[in-house]
Amino acid sequence: MSAAGHAFTRRLRRIGGSALGHLALIVCGIVFLVPFAWLVSTSLKADPQIFVFPPVWIPRPVLWRNYGEALRYIHFLTYLRNTTYICVLVVVGTALSSSLVAYSFSRLRWPGRDALFLVALATMMVPFQVTLIPLVILFERMGWIGSFRPLWVPAFLGSAFFIFLLRQFFMTIPQELSDAARIDGASEFDIYWRVILPLAKPALATVILFAFIGAWNDFLGPLIFLSDESSYTLALGLQQFQSQHESEWAYLMAVSTVISLPVILLFFFAQRTFIRGIALTGLKG
Amino acid sequence: MTALTRRDLRNGLLFASPFIIGLAAFTIYPVVASIYLSFCRYTILHPPQWCGVENYRLLFTEDPLFWRSLYNTLYYTGLSLPLGLALSLALATLLNMKLRGMAVYRTLYFLPTIVPTVAVAILWLWVLNPEYGVLKAGLAVLHIPGPGWLADPKWSKPGLVVMSLWGLGGTMVIFLAGLAGIPQQFYEAAAIDGANRWAQFRHVTLPMLTPTIFFNLVIGLIGSFQYFTQVYIMTNGGPTHSTLFYALYLYQNAFRYLRMGYASAMAWMLFLLILGATLFIHRTSARWVYYEGGQAQ
Repeated sequence: MSAAGHAFTRRLRRIGGSALGHLALIVCGIVFLVPFAWLVSTSLKADPQIFVFPPVWIPRPVLWRNYGEALRYIHFLTYLRNTTYICVLVVVGTALSSSLVAYSFSRLRWPGRDALFLVALATMMVPFQVTLIPLVILFERMGWIGSFRPLWVPAFLGSAFFIFLLRQFFMTIPQELSDAARIDGASEFDIYWRVILPLAKPALATVILFAFIGAWNDFLGPLIFLSDESSYTLALGLQQFQSQHESEWAYLMAVSTVISLPVILLFFFAQRTFIRGIALTGLKG
Repeated sequence: MTALTRRDLRNGLLFASPFIIGLAAFTIYPVVASIYLSFCRYTILHPPQWCGVENYRLLFTEDPLFWRSLYNTLYYTGLSLPLGLALSLALATLLNMKLRGMAVYRTLYFLPTIVPTVAVAILWLWVLNPEYGVLKAGLAVLHIPGPGWLADPKWSKPGLVVMSLWGLGGTMVIFLAGLAGIPQQFYEAAAIDGANRWAQFRHVTLPMLTPTIFFNLVIGLIGSFQYFTQVYIMTNGGPTHSTLFYALYLYQNAFRYLRMGYASAMAWMLFLLILGATLFIHRTSARWVYYEGGQAQ
């Protein structure tokens, strides 16, 4: 075969390979998408179209009012306000405290530092079930059960996972920047606030994103620490609604769609930050 | 101590103080209290009463549900963890090809992992519905009659495994990051030696990826031992205790039957189990995990 012929078959094989790749990815993609489509489709249906087999995909009529009714049913605005309140405090607390502690673990040199950092890593191994019961008793004695405090105060005291993530990032910032600021007479806090934090924006964005999604999606915390219906979060409110209205699938799917939407939108806008953040957390271990 | 190190120490402790306070209040205190409680009879209503190893004795000798929940947890882990690792690695390998539109695919596969667990659990109750569920329809296309899933004690755990596979995006993205770290020259060298695609995967990708596999294995194991929210919402342990997972039974003991001491003992057994499994994997890792930096043997 001529040289041109060789190049041609190679090209053909490459096109064939990528077509096969796309095919596999599309087939898997459809499998992954079906539950989402099923969620949205069911949320817009009337009962006669829900309880049929084989399933109907296009709702007829499209019942947008399922959303309005379901959201009124579960006191959506109250739950949204509670969830937002907790999320904001958790995000602010986590970003501030974890970056301060990470600064100490990476940019300062002091006796006992590395030992304490190892302890921080070790705490990630302790399952929450171990600390859960004494914490409930502790919060009970402090009169915190039923309030939002058990859900956000710990965020202001640093989280080992985020400290670890930020420390890894802070280590990559050249030491000369700190030294130069020190010669100019900057205090340690100035260096942290004006030199390191601005440089660490990508890592901080990752922390903020993960902390927000963690707080938004949290179920066990609200389940154990909140008692009064008026203080429920969206996740807890949805579960309570589900346990009382097991077969109202349209309403359940409508509320599930609504509480998933913010994190999905956030993900679309901050996709790069996400992927980079996961790479950062996953590999430097 | 010189003035300089004293200042260093003061600054270091000052910046680390949030963590030190949090460590004392929310980790060390509860861990110590939990050890103590595990040796007590404690129902919240009365002060804790020391009872020695009674809780542990009951757990091992007189509580069939403890063994049942342990069995269920191990069954689920043994099925979902290897399947999840293999599938997410396969998907990551596909996503690592240089094709157009990769960002769209990555987003698609990752999306289920960020949806709130409560919403996922409720959605899958409906997906797995034995009469009207979409999974039944999917299987019908392949002429497979759908089982009763969560209504059938034999199929409830496999149903949860199928659901867990939908959420493998997190593992997959970590594999992707691992794949991106493999130097391209290795593949070129292998290709020159005449290695085909499969041989390249088997002899370059897999060995280079073992640290990532190790990471995902340990993280997956820890997560799987603590599996709670989904079963709490979807089955509450049923039918006939077939989805009574360890963390769920622990929760029921603590907050439904108010057996706080007993639940603390269960929590400690869980901790030891996780620790033991992690140490075991770590021990074996010298034999199968390859560190490029040349880890001391």
